[in-house]
Order: sequence, then structure tokens, then C-alpha cells
Amino acid sequence: MNWLYDFNYLTRSIHESLAETFEPATVTIVEMALAGLCFMILFALLGLVLVYAERKVSAFFQQRLGPMRVGKWGTAQTLADVIKLLMKEPLINKNADRFLFNLAPYIIMIASFMAMASLPFAKGLQALDFDIGLLYISAVSSLGVIGILLAGWSSDNKYSLIGAMRSGAQIISYELSVGLSLLTIVVLTGSLQLSTIVESQANGWWIFKGHIPAVVAFIIFLIASTAETNRGPFDLAEAESELTAGFHTEYSGLKFAFFFLAEFANMFIVAAIGATVFLGGWMPFHIGGWEGFNNIMDYVPPLFWFFGKVSFLIFMMMWFRWTFPRLRIDQLLTLEWKYLLPVNLMNIVLMAFLSLMGWHF
Amino acid sequence: MEEVIQDKDLESKEYFINMGPQHPSTHGVLRLVLSLDGEIIRKVEPHLGFIHRSIEKMCEHDVYNQIVHLTDRMDYLSCHINNEAVCLCVEQALQLEIPDRIKVIRTIIGELTRLSSHQLWWGVMGMDLGAITSFLYGFRDREMITDIFEETCGARLTMNYNLPGGLMFDIHPNFQKRTKDFIAHFKKKLPEYDTLLSNNVIFRQRTKGIGYLSKEDAISYGVTGPTARASGFSCDVRKHHPYSGYDKVQFKEILDTEGDCYARYKCRIAEMWESMSIIEQLIDNIPEGPHKVPTKAVIKLPKGEWYQKVETARGEFGVYIISEGQKSPYRLKFRSPGFSNLSALDHMARGCKIADLVAIMSTLDLVIPDIDR
Amino acid sequence: MKSIINYFKEIFSGLKSLMQGMKVTGHYFTHPKEIITQQYPENRETLKMFERFRGEVVLLHDENNEHKCTGCSACEVACPNGTIEIIPKRIEVEGRKVKAIDQFVYHLQMCTMCGLCIPACPTDAIVMANTFEHAVFDRSKLTKILNKPGSKIMDGIK
Repeated sequence: MNWLYDFNYLTRSIHESLAETFEPATVTIVEMALAGLCFMILFALLGLVLVYAERKVSAFFQQRLGPMRVGKWGTAQTLADVIKLLMKEPLINKNADRFLFNLAPYIIMIASFMAMASLPFAKGLQALDFDIGLLYISAVSSLGVIGILLAGWSSDNKYSLIGAMRSGAQIISYELSVGLSLLTIVVLTGSLQLSTIVESQANGWWIFKGHIPAVVAFIIFLIASTAETNRGPFDLAEAESELTAGFHTEYSGLKFAFFFLAEFANMFIVAAIGATVFLGGWMPFHIGGWEGFNNIMDYVPPLFWFFGKVSFLIFMMMWFRWTFPRLRIDQLLTLEWKYLLPVNLMNIVLMAFLSLMGWHF
Repeated sequence: MEEVIQDKDLESKEYFINMGPQHPSTHGVLRLVLSLDGEIIRKVEPHLGFIHRSIEKMCEHDVYNQIVHLTDRMDYLSCHINNEAVCLCVEQALQLEIPDRIKVIRTIIGELTRLSSHQLWWGVMGMDLGAITSFLYGFRDREMITDIFEETCGARLTMNYNLPGGLMFDIHPNFQKRTKDFIAHFKKKLPEYDTLLSNNVIFRQRTKGIGYLSKEDAISYGVTGPTARASGFSCDVRKHHPYSGYDKVQFKEILDTEGDCYARYKCRIAEMWESMSIIEQLIDNIPEGPHKVPTKAVIKLPKGEWYQKVETARGEFGVYIISEGQKSPYRLKFRSPGFSNLSALDHMARGCKIADLVAIMSTLDLVIPDIDR
Repeated sequence: MKSIINYFKEIFSGLKSLMQGMKVTGHYFTHPKEIITQQYPENRETLKMFERFRGEVVLLHDENNEHKCTGCSACEVACPNGTIEIIPKRIEVEGRKVKAIDQFVYHLQMCTMCGLCIPACPTDAIVMANTFEHAVFDRSKLTKILNKPGSKIMDGIK
């Protein structure tokens, strides 16, 4: 049962058993393939679970039951949807730029795959542990906007183009807030390596240890990351009541499914970053001095802690989406440049000051 | 020789975009041709006729009893009030004396219709602005009203409860109790509407100062209903030319001077409170009497012209009958509020963004079959 | 200084209004008992329409397969859409030739459920039924003949 708490045992044993039979070069290739397979499975599972969760959560917010027909409580609904999407005809506009049109969904998928690679799921369960992990994630996760821009441009549809342009303006500006709010915590950790950030929260999560500025940074992160994933109330790129479906108006079938899946994967990724940086990643909840309580918390495997925190953040995002009206594009930019960014800058100075004086826990 | 890029080459050009006839926020089959500069609207050109069913022409071949049910299909959200307008016009021509019971029941059901229309509008307005949850909440409360209609009138939407000279049936025994239950329920839920949308900072930002319509413009475009009253144009037919039971009840005409989307929104929310107060005044005081005045099976109007206007949920609805003494009208004209309200859209939307156009359209509360007829 | 205070005031009042909105939706999320969904085909047994609900026109028959329709065509005249079509025939009653219905044709696809035919009927032969599941796979199935085969008019109805 040790592997549940430290995945290093598991990965090491796999590596050793492989090393016994294969040459070192082959071992590397096999291990990479294994990791890739794991991520693909995770991706598919995430899509299935999150789409179902979104539909159920939104239904409960709206006093509905949501999907109830396919399977018990509609649990197989997403599976049925996937089958439907696979059987759909992939339509392409007559005047669309076929190459870019086909390329766009893959770029979005690749961006979210790359970002997922460096997430620390549990102790030792991390594909890539860079020393610049946080920078890498925030760089890679904003690659998705290229896919959105390509999709809007190549669709030969004015609605798509407007949606894509909105999305470009939105993601580029909100990238700033996400980065700065994460930097607020990096001031405390002194490292961009995700595993180090998690380890540094063994005696308390940063949101508690960093008190006021950390909480402010967390709120800003929540807002900005919701905007970065193009979800309501910031779903201007789709804005179904204005632009019908925005950048993916012309997509159908599997390619539409890719956009859909990437949206949910991105939601998972930003929630995972938030959980890692602010809420201690896979670290259990500890209260200083309460030894008994802390020991009980330690019994819960880190994987559960990680996914619990992530699902809490995802739930918050869903709550936002199903409560608020959508912003207008100029208000969206006003919110970023006139409110979030100045507050963020002040906050980071405050955090630096606190850190300098040692006024955090 | 190198080509010199001129400044005029870099200027942005206006482009056109077709909003509708199939578009989520045109609420039906309205086609708007937008002339855009980036996201800024330069011109809006509505194209109508996608759901034209020539109701006015059909009326020239139907007897007066049959005309009533066609008006259900125009502004289906205030169908009872439309029916009432035709009936009132025919009754006016026949110089029928209508008993108080019929008047009061018509008023109550008319106000319930207005409430249900405004509830649906509220939900759809939220949905247009991206808050999909409000749509479901609006429909939840509207469901209770449609239940009342179904029990008393026999249908949920196209009720056809009026006849020239009275009502199809008397009210159902449960009618009063159900209506009182609904009022009690809705008085608790209406403040929730305010919390969810009216006070929401995003909603306020989206609607305040958007789509300004001055009082003068409202009058010159012929805008009526809550849309005009939000601009300060006192045009409530219930107040100025009371029909049915409206001269017996106390109610305020909601007026605002702002003239923007938020004022129109507030106006409708306040009208819901007024409608509830009207119903409360009448529900316990329904006088006894017949539910129908005996008329001939086939009504023939004398030669002449009559006009009757009523206040629907969208504004002033008029029925103009020219009779040559036959059993069908020689010509029948409906003055629909949606058509005139739509004409002000271009004026209001110029210089706004696409997202604002959606907000303006939803505060105009357009029902497309009402515009096309 | 005042503008700075206003700036923060704006942020906090905005956040507060958002929180209040979330409280409303959160309330419904945590109270699943208030869910209003009716699961329609499952609740078919318990689903009861109101008695006045206008679903379709039916010609009432009693247990002897007799109806009250005299074939007077009053409903046909009252109908605004040509939904009802009475095909009459002549039958011999007590040595006299009397008008009766051969077929009472009802075009459901044209019916607007206005209910004008019901009060028009002098013998109360037709009523509006509560059925509402009218969907069929073939349009021709919507044209119904309301008098049952072999049915005849009740005694004493003129």
C-alpha cells in the first residue's frame, strides 16, 4: 500500500523491471509511451467525467435533474454523446482554409496535453518536473489561443472570426493576471518547480500561510483562470446568444468534440495549478499542533487530496458559469487592465514586503 | 518600385453580417442585417416576413367568433389580451353591455398573462446576457400560471378563452385558490429575480446607459408599452383609456426617465409587482353573474368602423374593424406593438457593440409572430 | 483620495452583488427537493391533465355503439380551419328519409384546438378529449374518422 502515498516506489519498480529486459534507449521510449498512454486515458476519463459533472451540476443549479435516461442517473450520457459525435459527418465550409481548419483542433489538444504533463498529481506522480514548471505551464497553456485564432480565421465565417478575435484579446490580457497571481506565491516559495512548491506546503497551504495577499491572489487567480479557459461569464469567444457558437460554429463531429474536450481539460489544468500553488497540491490538510488530526489526514492518499481540491475549484468555476451573465468585450478588458492588474501589482508588492519582514507563517 | 502603403489602405472597412433568421437571440425568425465596424454597429436593418401568415387577410373570411383564435397566434405571450381586444371591439360595435363578472375575470386573466409574459421575458433576458440559469427560474414560476390557464381556459398558451360577448366557460372552482397560491409563491420569488440579475454588477454594467431612447424618439417611432414608459412616455392604455375592469382598480403607471436598457428592465419588474397588486384587488371580489351575454350564433356587425386598443405585455395593441354589414369584416387591421418597437432598434443600437444589440433586443421584448402577423 | 476609496468600494460592492447571486443558485443546488422536473414518459400513469384541457375532438359513443351526431354540420361551419368534414348520408327512419353521418372526418393536423366546435354542437355529440400524445409516423394517420364502424345515432336525437 506504500505506493498510494509515494508513487516513487511504483515508478522505480516499473523502471527497474523494464531495465532488466531492455536496453536503456528502449526503456526510455517504452516509458515515454507508457506515460503518454496514461495521459491519454486520463484525458478521455476527464472528458467523460467533467462533461457529465457539468451537466449534472448545472441541472441542480437550475432545479432540473439533468441527464437521467442513459444508464443509472444518466451516467452513460457522455459516452452516448461521444458515440454520436463520432458518427457525425465532418463538414467543412466550401471556402474554408482546409489545412488550418483541420489543424486548429489538434493545436488546442496538444496545448492542453503539454500543460498536463508537468502537473504533480501525487508524490512522485509527475511526468515532467522542471525547475521552471510554473513558467512552463503558463507558457504552454496559452498556446491554445493559437488554435482558437486559427479555427476562427479558417472557418470562413464572420461570427467565428469575431469570436476568435475576442478570444485573442481576452487570453492575452488575462494571461498577465494569472501569471502575476501565481508569482505572488512564488515570492514565498522562491522556486518555480512545482514539486518544490508542493513540498513547501507540508506545514500549511499557502493560502493560509500567506493570509491576506494570498487570498487576494487566489481570488484574482480564480477570476483570471476562468477567463483564460473561455468559460462563462467570460465565454465571449463562444457567446452563443451573440455569435451562435463563436470560433467553433463551423466545426462538427470529432473536431468539435476536440474543442469541447479541450475546454474541459483546460478547466482541469487551471484548477490543478490553482490547487497546487494555493491549496497545497497533494498535501493533506494540516493544522499546526493537532497531531491526532494531522495523522488522520495523512491516511487519506495524496491522489484523493489532489483530485478533491481540483474538483472543488472546478465546482467553483461551474458555479460562476451558471450564475453570472456574460461580460461585454470592453468590460472584460476594463476588468483586467483597470481592476485585476493594479490590484495584482499592489498585492505582489505587499507580498514581497511581508516576505521580507517574515510576516507570514 | 516599392509599393507605398497608403493610410487609406489600413483603414478598417465596414462589413455586413446576417443575424438571423436562425439566430439564438432573435427569438424566432427575425433577420437583422448588421453593418459593422469591428464590433461596433453602424446600422441595423431588420428584414421581416419570415413568419408572415396573413392573419389579417384570413380574418376577412372568418366570422367574428373565429377571428378571436387567430389573434392567439400573433403575440402568443399575451394571447388573452389580444383576444380581449378583438372581443371588446366587436362588443363595442354591437353595443353590448358586458356584465362586471366577465370584465373582472378578463382583467385577472389579462394580468396573469402579462405576468407570465414578463416572467418569460426575464428568463430570456438573462439567457441573452449569458446567465442561463435565470431562464429556468423564469419558466419555473411561469409554469404555475400556465397551470391556472390550463385548468380554467383549457390550454396553456393559445387559450382562446374569450368570445365576443363573454367567455368560453365560467372560471374553474379552483381558479381563485390557485391564483392566490401563485401570488403568494411569486411574492417570495420576485426578490430573488432582483438578487440574481438586477443587482448583479455584471448585469448592471451590461444594461446601464445602453440603447438610450429619448422620450421624443419614443413618441416619434410609435414605441409603446414598458419600452416607452421607461423613456418617460406615459402611454399605459389601462390608465388613459381604461377597458374591462381597469377603471375599478388602483394601480400605478410605472414611469422612468432613464430610457436605457436597465430602465426598461426595471420597468417590467415593477410592472410585475403592479400586476400582482391588481390581481389581489380583484381575486376576492369577482361579482356574480353570467359568464356570457347571449349573442347570435353568427354575429353580423352593422356598417361602420371601430377601433379598440388594449395594453398587452409589449405595448399598445389595436384592432381596427371596418364592417360592411356582413358576417366577416371588410378589413381588419391589427396594430401590433412589436412592429413599432422594432422600428426604434436601429436608432438605439447605432454605435453599440454586438453584445449590446442583444441586450437591447431582449429589453424590447420582441415576439416575431407579433411583428409579422 | 476619494477616488481611491470609491475604486475599492466599487470592487467590494461588485463582489458582494456577485456573492448574493451565487447564494441564490447555491441555495437551489443544496436543496434538491425543490427540483421541478417531471420525468414525462415514466410518470405517464400518474400524469393527469386538467378536465378542460383541449387535446383533440372525439365523438362520444355509448356502450351500444351509438352516438348523438345528427350530421347537422354545425361544427363544420363553426370550425375556422376546415378541420371537421361531415360526409352525410340518407337513412330511412320510420319510413322517412333522414340525414345522418356516413363519416365524421377529423383532420387533426389542421386543428388549432380552439374549441369552437364544442359549443356549436346542438346535441352535445362531440367533446374535447384530454389526450395529447398525437405524434405519428405518417401524416395520413392524423386524418381520423371519428364515428366508429357500425355505429348509429341514438334514439330520440334529432
